[in-house]
Amino acid sequence: MCGRRNAADNRGVDLLRSVAVTALVLSSVVPAAAAENVVAFVGARVIPIGRPEIAVGTLVVRDGRIAAVGPVDATAIPPDARRIDVGGRVIMPGLVDTHSHVGGGQGGDGSGPVQPDVRILDSINVRDAGFRKCLAGGLTTLNIMPGSGHLSSGQTVYVKLRRAGTIDDLLYRDAAGRPLGGLKMANGTNSQRDPPFPGTRGKSAALVRQKFLKAIAHRDKIARAAGDAEKVPDRDLELESLIDVLEKRKIVHHHCHRADDIITVLRLREEFGFEAVLHHVSEAWKVAPEIARSGVGCSVIVLDSPGGKIEAADFSLVTGAVLEEAGVPCALHTDDPVTDSRLFLRTAALAVRAGMSRAGALESLTLAGAKMLGLGDRIGSLDVGKDADLIVLSGDPLGVRTKVLATFVEGRKVFDLDDPEDRLFAVGGFGASRDQKAEPCCIGPATGAMR
Amino acid sequence: MRHAHSLHWAVFLSAAVTAVVARGAFAADALVVHGDVVHTMAGPPIGDGVVVVERGKITAVGPAATTPLPAGARLLRAAVVTPGLVDAHSVVGLSGFLNQPQDQDQLDAVEAIQPELRAIDAYNPQERLIEWLRGFGVTTIHTGHAPGALVAGQTMVVKLSGNTVEEATLVPTAMVAVTLGDAARAQGPDADKKSPGTRSKAVAMLRAELVKTQEYLRKRGLSDESKRPDPDLRREALAKVLAREWPLLVTADRAHDIASALRIAEEFDLRIVLDSAAEAYLLTDRIRAAGVSVVIHPTMRRSGGGGDTENLSFETAATLRKAGIPIALQSGYESYVPKTRVVLFEAGLAAAHGLSFEQALATITIDAARIVGVADRVGSLEPGKDGDVALYDGDPFEYTTHCTGVVIDGRPMSTEPR
Repeated sequence: MCGRRNAADNRGVDLLRSVAVTALVLSSVVPAAAAENVVAFVGARVIPIGRPEIAVGTLVVRDGRIAAVGPVDATAIPPDARRIDVGGRVIMPGLVDTHSHVGGGQGGDGSGPVQPDVRILDSINVRDAGFRKCLAGGLTTLNIMPGSGHLSSGQTVYVKLRRAGTIDDLLYRDAAGRPLGGLKMANGTNSQRDPPFPGTRGKSAALVRQKFLKAIAHRDKIARAAGDAEKVPDRDLELESLIDVLEKRKIVHHHCHRADDIITVLRLREEFGFEAVLHHVSEAWKVAPEIARSGVGCSVIVLDSPGGKIEAADFSLVTGAVLEEAGVPCALHTDDPVTDSRLFLRTAALAVRAGMSRAGALESLTLAGAKMLGLGDRIGSLDVGKDADLIVLSGDPLGVRTKVLATFVEGRKVFDLDDPEDRLFAVGGFGASRDQKAEPCCIGPATGAMR
Repeated sequence: MRHAHSLHWAVFLSAAVTAVVARGAFAADALVVHGDVVHTMAGPPIGDGVVVVERGKITAVGPAATTPLPAGARLLRAAVVTPGLVDAHSVVGLSGFLNQPQDQDQLDAVEAIQPELRAIDAYNPQERLIEWLRGFGVTTIHTGHAPGALVAGQTMVVKLSGNTVEEATLVPTAMVAVTLGDAARAQGPDADKKSPGTRSKAVAMLRAELVKTQEYLRKRGLSDESKRPDPDLRREALAKVLAREWPLLVTADRAHDIASALRIAEEFDLRIVLDSAAEAYLLTDRIRAAGVSVVIHPTMRRSGGGGDTENLSFETAATLRKAGIPIALQSGYESYVPKTRVVLFEAGLAAAHGLSFEQALATITIDAARIVGVADRVGSLEPGKDGDVALYDGDPFEYTTHCTGVVIDGRPMSTEPR
C-alpha cells in the first residue's frame, strides 16, 4: 500500500517520484485554499457497505479521504468545508470491477499458452472512451485483465480511475512502488487451440503444473545459490512472475466456467499453494460447498442468457445467491465488453432478482471485490480513512431508472451527468466511443461542485 | 429459484400441471388472469382487472368487479398483467445457444444474396433459449436469418410454443433480411476476392438483383411459353419483395447506410423496415417522411470497438418516438456471450432513458406486433386476440421484479418464477 497520500496524488503525481518534481507540481497547481480539500456531502441516504444504511447522512472528505460519516444530526461539518447538498440522493462507494477489459489492453500473443511475464499495463490506452463510460457507471477501481485465450495470458493491473495522462496515473502501487495486479489464468475451452496450445483439459492442467514445477526449481536454485554469483541462475521473467504467485505476492485471477474446471483450479491451488479468485464461474452453483470449503472467493458474471459457448451453457442467474448462501466470498464483474460498465449496478440487481440478498449484492459490487484485489483496507466502503471514491445516485442502486449523477475519485469529481460531455459517455450518441482528446488531465480543484 | 414462492405462484403451478394434462385440447376450460393492474395496450391500464381466455382466445377484458367470469375457470393472479411480449427481431431458433457450428443456421455466408432461404426450414422449436425467453414473458418472436450477408434470407414470426415449427408458426415468411454497411462485406476464406467488398458494391449488387427480378417477371409473363424462364426460387422470393408482399428488413447502422436503404426502397417502391439503425437519430426527418418503421437495436447493444454501432445511444427509442416514427425494440443477434438478449430488459432501459412506461411496453407488445404484421393476433389484450399473457410480481421493467407466469393461447407455459 502507498503511504499517506496528499492532494498531489489526485492529479496522478506519484509520491515515489523525486521530491523536487513533487514540490514543483505542488507549488504550481495545488489550489491555494486548503478549504478546497474539505468537502461535506450533506443530506443523502448513505449506503456505507458492511454496516447499516444511514437514512439521512453527512459524509466529510478531507484531502481525498473520508474524514467522517454519520447521521446528519450527529456529524459535524468542519467550518472550512465546502458543503454539497445531496438531499434526496443516495451515496455509496465507487464500484469495484474485479474483471474488466476496458482500455484496449492486450496480453500474450500466439507464441505460447503460458506467458506470465507479459503485463497488460504496458498496452493500455487511457484515452479509450471506455474509461469515461466506466465513470458514468460509477466504477472507480478496475482489475484490467488480459484475455482467456491462454492458460496464462499475463499480469493484470489494478487501476483507480483518476483523470489520467498515462497509465502510470491510474496505478495502485505497493510500498516498494511496484504496480499492483494479479496473474490471469484460464482453463476450459477458450485456451484450447492448435499446438503449442493445449488441445484438452488434461493437457491444459499438465502444462500449468509443469510450469509451476519449473518455477519452484528456479526458486530453489536461487535459494541454494545463497547469493553466490557463480551459482545464481539467469533471471527468467516468466518464472519470476510465477514465483510471485507461489510466494503469494500476486493472486491468480482464474477464468473458469464449468464445474469440473472450477474444481481443477482448486486442485492446482491446493497442490501449489497459491491464492486465487475464481472468475465467471457459470457453474459454481453446482459446486458451491466445494468452493466454500476451499475458502476461495468468486467473481461472478451475470449474463442475459446462458450459452454462447459450451462452457457457459449452464449459466444461471442463481449463482450469486447460491454462493452467498454457501458462505463463499462473492464479487461481481462486468467483463466489459461482455457486459457494459455503465450497467454494472444492473448486474447486482439481477443477482437479487435470483435470490441474492440486497446487502450481499451491494457488497459484491464494492467491498467484496476490493478485498479480492487486496485493497479492502483502502477502498470498497465508506469508512473513515478510506479513499473518498464514491458515487451519487438519483435513487435506489438497484432501480432500473436510477442514474449515476456524479462519481468522485479521491474526493475529486470525475463524472457529472449534468456536464454535456460526460452525459454523452453516459447515454451514448455521436462520438461517444471515440478516444478522448489528449488534454491536461491534472489541473483544477480537487473537488468539483455538484450542479 | 430460492426466493419465496408466492401464494399466487402455488395457484399457478397447479394450473400449469392441469394444463399439461389437458394439453392438445385447447382448454375447454376457461382461464382468468386477474391483475392488480392490467396493461391491455388497447386503452388505459385497468386497475383490478381481469383477462378472460376461452378456447385459446381472449373473450373479455375489464374490471374484475364488472366483468362476467365463465363458471369453473382457472384463475391466475399477479400484481401486473401485460400482453405476452413480442420481440420484433431475434435469431433464436436458428442461432442455437451452444454457438457451435452444428447449431448455427442463421447465416450461410457462402453467397451474398440468398433471399430464397426460408426460416421455417431451419427453426428449431426445441431450442433451449426459447424456454429462457418465455420465462421472462416473451411469447412471440420475429426470427430468422441474421444480419451479416447482403441478403441473408427470410424471416418468420413464431409463438414460443409448439413441438413443431408448424405448430409454432404465425407467419411463415415475414420479411427478407438485408444488411448494409460494414457487416455486408463478404466473409470467410478468400473474402478479399469475394463481393461485396465495399458499400457501393453491396448496393450495386442489390440493385442489379432487383432489376434482374424485374426482367424475370417480364419474361415470365411472355405469351410464348417457350420463352419463359424456368421457375427460380431466388427470383420468386424477390418478386414478392417487388410486389410489396414481403418487406425488406434492412439492417443498417451508419447514417449513410440508412440513407442507402431509403434510396433503394424509393427507387423500387419497396416496403422496408429499418433494423438496428444506430444512427437513425441523425435522419429522423427522412425516415418519418419515408413512412418507414424502425426496429431499434437492443438498447444495451455493444458500442465499443469502432464498428458501425459505435455511436448508438440509450435514448434512440425516445428520440425516434418523439419524432413520430413507429418503433419497436428487439433482442437482436448475439454471436457470443450472452447468446441472446431479453427484449423485456431492452425496453426497461429505454424506459429509463426517455420513454414512458406505456411507450416502452408498446415497443415490445402492440407496436412490435404491428411492425412485424401480427397485430391482428397478438400484442394487446383485446377480445378476439390470442390468449397470450405475461404476469409479473411488480413493475415488469424493474430488474428485481419476477415474471411469475406466461400464458400462450390460453395455456400456462412457465414452471417457475424468473
